[in-house]
Amino acid sequence: MSEAQTPRAEWPLWEVFVRAKRGLSHVHAGSLHAPDPQLALRNARDLYTRRGEGVSVWVVRADDITASSPDERDSFFDPAGDKVYRHPTFYEVPDDVEYL
Amino acid sequence: MDKTIAPADVTATYLLGLADDALIYTQRLGEWMSRAPQIEEDMALGNIALDLLGQARALLTRVGELDGTGRDEDALAYLRDEREFRNVHLVERPRGDFGDEMARLLWFSSYQFELYSQLTSSTDEVLAGVAAKAIKEVTYHRDHATQWVLRLGDGTPESHARMQAALDRVAPYVDELFTDTATDEAATTSGVGVLPSQLRSAATAYVRSVVDEATLAMPAEPRRRARGGRDGIHSQAMGYLLAEMQHIHRSHPDATTW
Amino acid sequence: MYGNDFRDPDEQLNAAEGGALDQLLPTATRRGEGGDFERLVSTDGRVEPRDEMPDAYRQTLIRQIAQHAHSEIIGMQPEGNWISRAPSLRRKAILLAKVQDEAGHGLYLYSAAETLGVDRSELLDKLHNGQQKYSSIFNYPTLTWADVGAIGWLVDGAAIMNQVPLCRCSYGPYARAMIRVCKEESFHQRQGFELLWTLSRGTERQRAMLQDAANRWWWPALMMFGPPDTGEAAKGGHTEQSMAWGIKRFSNDDLRQKFVDMTVPQADKLGVTLPDPDLRWNAERGHYDFGPIDWDEFWRVLKGDGPCNEERIAHRVSAHEEGAWVREAASAYADKLASRSTGAVA
Repeated sequence: MSEAQTPRAEWPLWEVFVRAKRGLSHVHAGSLHAPDPQLALRNARDLYTRRGEGVSVWVVRADDITASSPDERDSFFDPAGDKVYRHPTFYEVPDDVEYL
Repeated sequence: MDKTIAPADVTATYLLGLADDALIYTQRLGEWMSRAPQIEEDMALGNIALDLLGQARALLTRVGELDGTGRDEDALAYLRDEREFRNVHLVERPRGDFGDEMARLLWFSSYQFELYSQLTSSTDEVLAGVAAKAIKEVTYHRDHATQWVLRLGDGTPESHARMQAALDRVAPYVDELFTDTATDEAATTSGVGVLPSQLRSAATAYVRSVVDEATLAMPAEPRRRARGGRDGIHSQAMGYLLAEMQHIHRSHPDATTW
Repeated sequence: MYGNDFRDPDEQLNAAEGGALDQLLPTATRRGEGGDFERLVSTDGRVEPRDEMPDAYRQTLIRQIAQHAHSEIIGMQPEGNWISRAPSLRRKAILLAKVQDEAGHGLYLYSAAETLGVDRSELLDKLHNGQQKYSSIFNYPTLTWADVGAIGWLVDGAAIMNQVPLCRCSYGPYARAMIRVCKEESFHQRQGFELLWTLSRGTERQRAMLQDAANRWWWPALMMFGPPDTGEAAKGGHTEQSMAWGIKRFSNDDLRQKFVDMTVPQADKLGVTLPDPDLRWNAERGHYDFGPIDWDEFWRVLKGDGPCNEERIAHRVSAHEEGAWVREAASAYADKLASRSTGAVA
């Protein structure tokens, strides 16, 4: 890499995910700015867990997230709406059979 | 130190040094709030200051129990005069630039890391308890300083030069951290404390490893060395620091609570 | 995290503690139908970042969230002014934690604003060059220790009144940031009240300090809700549009009245006389009447002629400029790390 690059004073955006307690998933908490993953993780600790809100933290560069687009919502999510046979309530079983 | 000194007084005097280091450094770190290079860093420095203040309060409370005066944490913090403060000069140095702060934090947290690692087995149970909690905090402080010294040392040519200059400026204040006093010796004999001189090589080795990785150089032996803090001989900056810290409390001598 | 031993723990002190926030949570987290903007807003659904939205809605939100974030960041200064002088170590710890929270709240809010496609650095530039405002309350100086308490009690109290309804703002990221802020903010108001409550039971000089602070902060706190926006004053203002969009839920005047109604009994408890001879209970309305607000002062301070306007911005700009070399160094280091790891793989 060329040393002549002008240094940037601005840091990229990171998304922060916090696991509130053991047994739960990481949940999106917000974002922050940091120059690199190590400092992003530390900043996340100081910003999003200072009241004991977490036992584990993930940070991801916001640019690295691929998200579904609202324009695609219909094609992405509507087809799941009519697949009622994926849900247990679809099936009729005799009342007196246990553990189903 | 007088040989006839009572063991409780030795312990109290020893703890007062540790407490004052934490308290006075809190005072300096607090000055960064709203002045850090990035808002995320305000958060980080605030956390470190709060950790140190917690250490100071626990230790001062213990000192008041041991020295027989019955003073609480506030009486000790606000009603002692300059010559009665036992902190090292490093922590009272006026706030410099961010490089200065990270140089100070790297040395101070490396010192405290070694110190509290040993003090978890102090015969003073309160001190051992404070140490057990503090070691987790200090591990984070040291890591924070490390991360920044690496980035400033190995960042831009400007930051490299400024970080090196900051390390050089802080060098005269390092020796005092690791200099034994009579109180240290007495406290070590009684099993309460640990000799600062025994912490020197491990703390220095850690700082050196960070400095090397950051492509910086350990400063040459400084011509001047700060000394006397543990005997209450401070720099001129200390009087102003205390004047600011203490003035509201002292200007209301009849107030019993805040 | 700091004990409050001055009152019954079940007694409600502020809106966020009083369950208002909990009532809002179910709607704030409702899944919503999705679909076009108008339908979302009219059915109290949540607009999310990648949804289509009218440009004016986006711009209004950016302006409002940025101004809110700036207020938190500038708000660190008047209170930070007292960290070094806090008269007890317990108060020093509380104040440090509080000022740190302000920084945190600023960051949550910038984070919400950034989901609308602006960069925090742009917003900070606009703060620094005066294109975007922050709450005028922070252009007043903190002159005595009691001011720290008055800010918690009155300024944060007023802020919570404003903020609790924002927890169900139509824009999802803003609403979520506000839920987090409101939960934390209730500690701020309580610590302020506790500080003043302690002064009220203290020496004559401590009580005088308390009264003086209340005298200076009462009217600026009422101004925080913004100019009148009901009745005649509603015409041509932003309130109507913001309400239609679900950004704003109550008028400035309604919130101000709620605040007065909540605060007067608290002032009685503190033994403080609020500096308004017209302040009295109106049984017919079921509210407190209060005297006219000096809106000339409000506009004057807003436009730059307050005691601390220049100082606050200069302080902020100098922190930003003095930190530039640090931020640049960290970016350069990150580039080096990235190129080293690419090099290692190649």
